[in-house]
Amino acid sequence: MLERVKEIIEEQLNLEDVEITEETRFKEDLDVDSLDLFELVMAFEEEYGVEIPSEELESLTTVGAVIKYMQDKGVDA
Amino acid sequence: MKTRITELLNIEYPIIQGGMAWVAEHNLAAAVSNAGGLGLIGAGGAPAKFVREQIKKAKDKTDNPFGVNIMLMNPEADAIAQVIVEEGVKVVTTGAGNPAKYMEMWKEAGVKVIPVVASVAMAKLMERAGADAVVAEGMESGGHIGSTTTMALVPQVVDAVSVPVIAAGGIGDGRGFAAAMMLGAQAVQIGTRFVVANESIVHSNYKQKIVKAKDIDSTVTGMSHGHPVRAIRNQMTKEYLRLEKEGADFMELERLTLGALRKAVIDGDVVNGTLMAGQIAGLVNKEQSCKEIISEIMNQAEELLGNQKR
Repeated sequence: MLERVKEIIEEQLNLEDVEITEETRFKEDLDVDSLDLFELVMAFEEEYGVEIPSEELESLTTVGAVIKYMQDKGVDA
Repeated sequence: MKTRITELLNIEYPIIQGGMAWVAEHNLAAAVSNAGGLGLIGAGGAPAKFVREQIKKAKDKTDNPFGVNIMLMNPEADAIAQVIVEEGVKVVTTGAGNPAKYMEMWKEAGVKVIPVVASVAMAKLMERAGADAVVAEGMESGGHIGSTTTMALVPQVVDAVSVPVIAAGGIGDGRGFAAAMMLGAQAVQIGTRFVVANESIVHSNYKQKIVKAKDIDSTVTGMSHGHPVRAIRNQMTKEYLRLEKEGADFMELERLTLGALRKAVIDGDVVNGTLMAGQIAGLVNKEQSCKEIISEIMNQAEELLGNQKR
């Protein structure tokens, strides 16, 4: 799942070959601002068919947190 | 003029006054609401107790609906969100963040929730979270801004959501109003022109800076650390931009702006204060009452929009 999440992040932020691990923080490590985060959320939702309620966004600060959220919602990838 | 926004908010004209920190206090908000628009009290960085006092004072001055703008980075945002419910405020607009965690409480209390958005994705997520409308704010605006222009942002947001859209940024007269309607907006939000309203408590030095401003007189500080703010160029913005260019860290820059808006609005310090204003300041060239401002905009807009239909 990490590989696909990495691709989505690269595509949304127009980045190439960034190092992304589960520990990568959106804001501090990737310079993701609040508007970028909304874009990423939409992209993750579309990819995995899971709705991320807006009130959850504050807790999704790392790549690992997003992956865990998706897995908790039953995404098997 | 009837639009989905006048119906939603129970107001006469689809004009909302921007929720500008320090500027949008009860005198201005009540005057705009009394003139048939929607006045807003801007909570900015103020404590909850102050916001409650402002709401009470506005209620004494108008029987018409008015709203509160809550800046979500305010450390007392939770308390202010509660005050809005307790005081029976009809409309809340939100800035600088994601209001989702207050949505349920506000909706239950019958508060109309209108987040300010700067992108299509944010508008969509706010609609899904229960927003009654959104303000699509372009980067022509004064104060804290996004990076897309009103002309480009508004029609894209209109296409993306089914709730009504309020256009903001760069609108200062009936032409701007009519253009916003053409882009699909159901109302406009106006800030800069109301800063110089007779009823606005803003220091006359600040008002004069807006009245005398030309089209190119505003600048944007803080772009490098992700908190862009538009203000009229002065010593403060010059110093800020110099330090920013030298790579000063965020905290150092923050120290420069600490209390700078208050300095400008209350003390009239136009040298070291932050003179937040939109790009449309060049078009704003006289002080008028809120009633005059609103009727002038509406008359011009209705004439233009009427011509269009024929």
